[in-house]
Amino acid sequence: MIPIKTLTTAATVLLLTTTGMVQAGVTLDGIKKNGFIKCGVSDGLPGFSYADEKGNYNGIDVDVCRAVAAAVFGDATKVKFTPLTAKERLTALQSGEIDVLSRNTTWTSSRDSAQGMNFTGITYYDGQGFLVNKKLGVKNAKGLDGATVCVQAGTTTELNLSDYFRANKMKYTPISYDKSDESAKSLEAGRCDVLTSDQSQLYAQRIKLAKPDDYIVLPDVISKEPLGPVVRHGDDDWFDIVKWTLFVMVNAEELGITSKNVEEMKKSTNPDVKRLLGVEGDKGKDFGLANDWMAVVIKQVGNYGEIFERNVGKGSSLKIERGLNALWNQGGLQYAPPMR
Amino acid sequence: MQDLTQISGNPMTESISTPVKPPIWNNPQVRAIAFQIIALVATVAFGLYIFQNTQTNLRQLGITSGFDFLSSQSGFGIVQSLIPHSESSSYGRVFWVALLNTLLVSVLGVIFATLLGFIIGIARLSKNWLISRLALAYIETFRNIPLLLQIFFWYFAVLRAMPAPRQSFSLGEAAFLNIRGLYLPAPQFQPGFGWVLVALGIAVVLVILLSRWAHQRQMATGQQFPTFQTVLALLLGLPLLIFWLTGSPLSWQYPALQGFNFRGGWVIIPEMASLLLALSLYTAAFIAEIVRAGIQAVSHGQTEASFSLGINSSKTLRLIILPQALRVIIPPLTNQYLNLTKNSSLAAAIGYPDLVSTFAGTVLNQTGQAIECIAITMAVYLTISLLISLLMNLYNRRVALVER
Repeated sequence: MIPIKTLTTAATVLLLTTTGMVQAGVTLDGIKKNGFIKCGVSDGLPGFSYADEKGNYNGIDVDVCRAVAAAVFGDATKVKFTPLTAKERLTALQSGEIDVLSRNTTWTSSRDSAQGMNFTGITYYDGQGFLVNKKLGVKNAKGLDGATVCVQAGTTTELNLSDYFRANKMKYTPISYDKSDESAKSLEAGRCDVLTSDQSQLYAQRIKLAKPDDYIVLPDVISKEPLGPVVRHGDDDWFDIVKWTLFVMVNAEELGITSKNVEEMKKSTNPDVKRLLGVEGDKGKDFGLANDWMAVVIKQVGNYGEIFERNVGKGSSLKIERGLNALWNQGGLQYAPPMR
Repeated sequence: MQDLTQISGNPMTESISTPVKPPIWNNPQVRAIAFQIIALVATVAFGLYIFQNTQTNLRQLGITSGFDFLSSQSGFGIVQSLIPHSESSSYGRVFWVALLNTLLVSVLGVIFATLLGFIIGIARLSKNWLISRLALAYIETFRNIPLLLQIFFWYFAVLRAMPAPRQSFSLGEAAFLNIRGLYLPAPQFQPGFGWVLVALGIAVVLVILLSRWAHQRQMATGQQFPTFQTVLALLLGLPLLIFWLTGSPLSWQYPALQGFNFRGGWVIIPEMASLLLALSLYTAAFIAEIVRAGIQAVSHGQTEASFSLGINSSKTLRLIILPQALRVIIPPLTNQYLNLTKNSSLAAAIGYPDLVSTFAGTVLNQTGQAIECIAITMAVYLTISLLISLLMNLYNRRVALVER
């Protein structure tokens, strides 16, 4: 027999569980109510998202979230960062634990369709490569037949790895770890011969090793890895804001607007610059934001070029060339639609 | 119904006037049933609501649901597989690979933990001061350090200290130990080996018949038969004889260094070894305490009675104490088996491809179908746990005290 007390408890549980349900389409309202953005980042990847000794996050992926916060609240610090492993990230976004995932995530068709995500753009054009110990004497990826390969579980890297070895009729043993740090430790210890990941990550992992000079990144790039911020499907207002924050930063670089000269540029006679900085037109209202939100983003976080150089380029220890990530008019692929 | 109504109310007044039938909602039985029906309806409605809500949410978010993904191609490799598996295998196949890996480490863990646990538990009660203190030290150390730390200790501290493949420790050029694992020669069965298996089968049947006969004879006449020696001779001798007669239909494939790694032979990967070590050593400490408690629960008078009949101490332990102690030991032992199986999911921390790490991890991530993957995984663990419980309960019923 069921005592009445149990029934009341059950009723309470029922009430609690049902009111906490996730509802799609309300992300922006939730963010405005909370007063901050919940941003999912990597669990430790120099140049992309990395917490320094004081616990402050730095990196391209981190700056993207800061820029979105600057756009929404006019304050780039209104972000709560959640470090996620590759395995956790997509579920965290699906379940509403985070509002935006900015965690070197590859844009693929199945993530866009079946998994209910929307990629808002490409922050970094990357490709998969291999990091090996020089002692191994391997010059290129074709020499890796029979190797033991460390890889992060639940990534596109894992799938490309298998595709590459199968296509070239080579054998390999995969060891998949949840955390990129574990893969790096295993490479150092010799549990695996090769660490495979996106090239940017390999450079970042390499400087974390005890003896970075003993390791080289092989010249081969075996895949396309367009990395970008992701939001949940079905929340278009929020999607637009995240998407255009990135476009604003790219356009700003193209127009020569930097965090330093943004105030001067407001006096510019160029109508493109005027529109971008909110001096002319009402590009803020269209997004439901303050009219000068784009100027705030650039002032507080910077344009795309600044972010790149500061985190992974010349101003960082990674020293990665712009390469594919240069602007379209400078031989790269970074291209943003016009602000009009 | 009638007698129930009479319980309430004053018996004096009831004996005088005919009892007034109380309203139906005051009938305790009706109430009880009604409440149960309400509870059932509420539970079912709640379940349906959750299901509907989830479906709606998934649809709004544009996430695919259903189990169709199980038949699509997985596209990633797995380091250890008991059944043939390749990158072109389906997610359904990956599920079985992962499940078998979980079962492998759990079954081996249960066996090692039980053997070790019984030895330590008995050693804990030894009259030898050193042995009992050592057992105590073992128990207190291993059961008081979190299991995850122990797994890390074996994996990152101990097995990481092994040499690189080219500097492997070698045992007679047949087995090799290095950071990539323990490489063992793999048996290659030639035609004719089937006869050896047939011989083994015959030996097993003979052993069963023999031990039955020996038991009956001892019951009837009191004469003992050297069962143990005979059984050993039969189980080893008969297959070996056939093996020799059929011309040794077995060869060994030795692992050999080729390129980066050893190839050929069997390999025990360090992920598996450290997980198994940690699970066995950790659970053995708990089992040892259960065994000690079980033995101490048997009245000391039993030992005294046995000694006064002239039975020596090892036979007293084996024939008098342990069978009685088992009645106390088995129920908590079942819990330990369940714990070990569930704890094996910590595999994810060191990259052992078990069910949680591979299916509820990688497959979930590659397909994005979190609800389905987690539901399947939970259902599997529930099934395994219930099966262990069932088997242990059956065994418990056999050894339980037969009450007359």
